[in-house]
Amino acid sequence: MLRFIVRRLLQLIPTLGGLSILLFVWLQRLPGGPEYALLPDDATSEQRAQLRRSLGLDEPITVQYLAFLRRILQGDLGASLQTGRPVLEEFFTRFPATFELAVTAMLIATAVGIPLGYLAARRRGSVLDFAAVGGSLLGICTPVFFLAFILKVVFAERLGWFPSAFRLSPGISRTDLSGFAVLDGLRTGEFDVVADALAHLVLPGLALASIPLAVIVRMTRASVLEVLEEDYVRTANAKGLHRNTVRTRHVMRNAMLPVVTSIGLLTGSLFAGAVLTESVFAFPGIGSFVYAATQTRDYPVLTGFILLIATMYVFINLLVDISYSLLDPRVRAQ
Amino acid sequence: MPTTPSSQNPSRAEDASDAGGPLLGRKAARVDRLAELMGERDESGHGSGIWRTAFARMRRSPMAITGAVIVVVFVAVALLSPLIAPYSPTSQAWGDEVFPNQNIFVGPRGENWLGLDNLGRDQFSRMVVGARQTLMVGVVATLVGFGAGALLGGAAGAASVLGGRWGRQLDNVVMRVIDMMLALPTLLLAVTVAALVGPSLTTVMIAVGVAQVPVFARLLRGAMISQGNRDYVLAARALGVRKRRIALTHILPNSLGPVIVQSTLTLATAIIDAAALSYLGLGNPDPAFPEWGTMLADAQRFLSSAPQLAVYPALAIIVTALGFTLLGEAMREALDPKLRK
Repeated sequence: MLRFIVRRLLQLIPTLGGLSILLFVWLQRLPGGPEYALLPDDATSEQRAQLRRSLGLDEPITVQYLAFLRRILQGDLGASLQTGRPVLEEFFTRFPATFELAVTAMLIATAVGIPLGYLAARRRGSVLDFAAVGGSLLGICTPVFFLAFILKVVFAERLGWFPSAFRLSPGISRTDLSGFAVLDGLRTGEFDVVADALAHLVLPGLALASIPLAVIVRMTRASVLEVLEEDYVRTANAKGLHRNTVRTRHVMRNAMLPVVTSIGLLTGSLFAGAVLTESVFAFPGIGSFVYAATQTRDYPVLTGFILLIATMYVFINLLVDISYSLLDPRVRAQ
Repeated sequence: MPTTPSSQNPSRAEDASDAGGPLLGRKAARVDRLAELMGERDESGHGSGIWRTAFARMRRSPMAITGAVIVVVFVAVALLSPLIAPYSPTSQAWGDEVFPNQNIFVGPRGENWLGLDNLGRDQFSRMVVGARQTLMVGVVATLVGFGAGALLGGAAGAASVLGGRWGRQLDNVVMRVIDMMLALPTLLLAVTVAALVGPSLTTVMIAVGVAQVPVFARLLRGAMISQGNRDYVLAARALGVRKRRIALTHILPNSLGPVIVQSTLTLATAIIDAAALSYLGLGNPDPAFPEWGTMLADAQRFLSSAPQLAVYPALAIIVTALGFTLLGEAMREALDPKLRK
């Protein structure tokens, strides 16, 4: 088991190394570098050259890459061109907000998506099935930011059920322990903070959940349909097991494996979606920060964000692999 | 990450799980499944059986018909837009009737079927002309993804099938790069490309297209490898046909099916992603060329006072994307014998 984990860890090195090269080369190749974004349009070419020098952009490309790699390995993703503070620090301070949002979205998506997908599969061809499949196709085809705007206008501005922006209402004060508003509130017993923070999570959470929800419904439906055809389900039914036992122990347990995997896979796109959702709701997380970075071509932030997501993705992949090998010894043997 | 075996012809499933464990494998496996399906052929000697039965099946599928109707209408409107649009999309002829600052907007009326936009331009004409731009973004982005992806995937596939040991090494290297690209969310890739290159229509098309490269590459490679085992390839090799000729005139034409299906689905993704890029301010800044994504992004400012300005382009995007998705999914289903019921 340990050998398997070590081997998997070692296999991460070429992947992440390759990714860093890909990212670096790509950044180099793109025209209109930061000296155009940072300086006013009428800056002289000397000013531009000097800025390039001070950013180390005039060195040979290999030297630049090695410097880039060394800095990344030290956790130094550079300083944001917008704020001047280290990118990693900016991400860390904003991470709890985005994490809470992502968890909310995932909870909504799984809590609604799995039962809905299961019911759609059980009643294949019914109105419910039609609605679930149609609704999920619609969800995939709706631009996330448009959905976010509609939710904001209807439920926040027109109906006033939920707040339309930020993480907490302006008047509320909270004891900040870890940056996680909901958790901190629960720990300190400030339940008004918890309620307020949760209310702020509903609309952006719903908007962010739309795509994962659609994917999970379709995945669950397809997976359950496949398992229902299996011989062992027929056997289980034939030997007279209780319907619910067959459903939970045989059908769901096997059908959930690919769904759980795809949930892991969706995490990456969730962060990309957060860029769109958070900016609509002025939610102070990583997403709105990256949104601002796209507007100002803050390339250290953009590079850092991609690296962050790719690393996260690779590690989630690793965790899933390990959990699979615990569940299924055949994976380990490969 | 990968521990790719150098066995002669790894089965698709094995290959997918090797490409990065179950998680990445899953995304890859979906792509590969489609590639594999096209490898399954009618061996009865009647030729293009799979396409004919698939087409017959699609004609009975309401999903396919709905999708096809939407796509045909959209393409027709886009191509004929200069004839359909009653006014110039840029003419601010009614500019003195609209005052966004005072919340005065003009809704649908006899003269302007969908009302006026915030600058007093005819919304209907803009929607119609916008269809053409939107179609162009979708098609060019898909072509970029298709072109680059097919080149990479085709080279890897051909190398793997015909190139011997070195070919499989080359295939291995190319696929590792592709898997890394597959690991990044497509929208994020597009956002970064667009943010770094600067806003323009070309940027959007390239950015959205680049994001699709890994999917196409994997798909074509998978299809080519599965074609590589077939008897006709063996026959061609036995006859001494040159490898390049085998790859280009024998394997490639037979491997394009799944890639074409994917193109339909990609068109939908491209239109949605382009809209997201426009919203991020990375779209086409030129107001002379209305495009649904840009129109939608611009209209967000007036969403509380004039929601119709956002709703028209949004509905157009959703319906069009839905049309391509329905058609693509129906094609995929029709080609998949497992789903035949």
